[in-house]
Amino acid sequence: MNRPDTNAPAEQIAYANILFYGCWSGLALMIVTYALYVTGIMDPYVSMDLVTKFWSQPVGEYLTQNNVPTGWGWATLLNKGDFLNFLGIALLGGLTIVCYIPVIFAYLKKKDMAYAIISLLEVLVLCFAASGIVGGGAH
Amino acid sequence: MKLNKTWMRILGGVGLAALLLATLAWADNNTDIANEAAKQMAEATGAPSSMPWWAWPTILLFFCFVLGIIAVLAGVGGGVLFVPLVSGFFPFHLDFVRGAGLLVALAGALAAGPGLLKRNLASLRLALPVALIASSCAIVGAFLGLALPGNVVQICLGGTIMGIAILLLTSKNTARPVVTKQDALGLALGIQGAYLEANGEVVEWKTHRTLPGLLLFIIIGIMAGMFGLGAGWANVPVLNLLMGAPLKVAVGTSKFLLSITDTSAAWVYLNQGCVIPLMAIPSIIGLMMGSFVGVRLLAKAKPAFIRYMVIGVLLFAGGKALAKGLGF
Repeated sequence: MNRPDTNAPAEQIAYANILFYGCWSGLALMIVTYALYVTGIMDPYVSMDLVTKFWSQPVGEYLTQNNVPTGWGWATLLNKGDFLNFLGIALLGGLTIVCYIPVIFAYLKKKDMAYAIISLLEVLVLCFAASGIVGGGAH
Repeated sequence: MKLNKTWMRILGGVGLAALLLATLAWADNNTDIANEAAKQMAEATGAPSSMPWWAWPTILLFFCFVLGIIAVLAGVGGGVLFVPLVSGFFPFHLDFVRGAGLLVALAGALAAGPGLLKRNLASLRLALPVALIASSCAIVGAFLGLALPGNVVQICLGGTIMGIAILLLTSKNTARPVVTKQDALGLALGIQGAYLEANGEVVEWKTHRTLPGLLLFIIIGIMAGMFGLGAGWANVPVLNLLMGAPLKVAVGTSKFLLSITDTSAAWVYLNQGCVIPLMAIPSIIGLMMGSFVGVRLLAKAKPAFIRYMVIGVLLFAGGKALAKGLGF
């Protein structure tokens, strides 16, 4: 009787490798940008006093009182210390989407159409969530 | 020597427990001050808080460090402790706590993913169909959570947290469930695999009751998105007890699954402005550092009572969220 294969499939290893480098890069970036922000090297868009004043209020209050953009608006304010932190966060948020790309091709190559479609749909779902197309529910 | 080790374990556990309780007590007292200050500010007095801006992020960093250690020792995810405790004992609004909670759970899951996938303890074949359902529903849950009135979310959160505590207390996972016959859906999707135990034993596995298992992830996804909790507490029993995956595969796949489910919900919170870097980043860093220390401690000691203490803390935090939501 053949011994079952306990090795992870190639597409799983590819996913793991991208995840490894992406995750640690994102966390390192997060620490660097946070240091630039809290040490005052880069000026924030919302001052520290205002952040601490409004973080106990609902998100809608925080956004309107401080004129904070929603969706991808942060990307236009990367010269501000607080919004620069979103780079690392976005990297962590986008990582799974990137990891799925080689997996889709691996399943297509194997002619495993069910999993190729599942993976493609997942990318669409995550892109939809990241796009900020639907919104406005926050109070 | 053996006696020394036992005493060290007991002392270590008591020390950690005391540290958590002292931090909670301290934070509870200061939350009242912070809430009072926030209330005054809301009344347009314009008076700033007496605490410097860096005080709460610093406290949060150390609090999350302790939380990370305890979460690992208790065998629960960081998010499930973070949301009820930080929303209950810190001055941040629940909207921002849920945003940070999802990022905390996401970062932990992303960091654990590569090792689990390479050791075949997280299975892509099991995770991908489940993730598609859970992540789609997490988006719905996130919008629901942000659209519902704050007190309704608090009540639901309180009830859920107390339910999780009871689940942790009563759930008896099975190391290797017996799956005599794989169901048609599991077979069609090829949800099966094998992994190597530390002693060289090969463990083969397959799933049954795949459809009801997948359907349950609709609810799990909605709850994960709605409360920003992560959902390992629900993933593991469904994968293990219902679908028949071995406990190690269920735990590994569940942890990996969070990296996908929480990604979709985290984007919704991020796009809605519910992420404040000043408090979210120390939470992530603190909890991850604590988890690393916790994993090292776990190899040396397994203080079982930490788990019971966490269950007690969850019951308390859940009760507090419930009371807050009901206006007591």
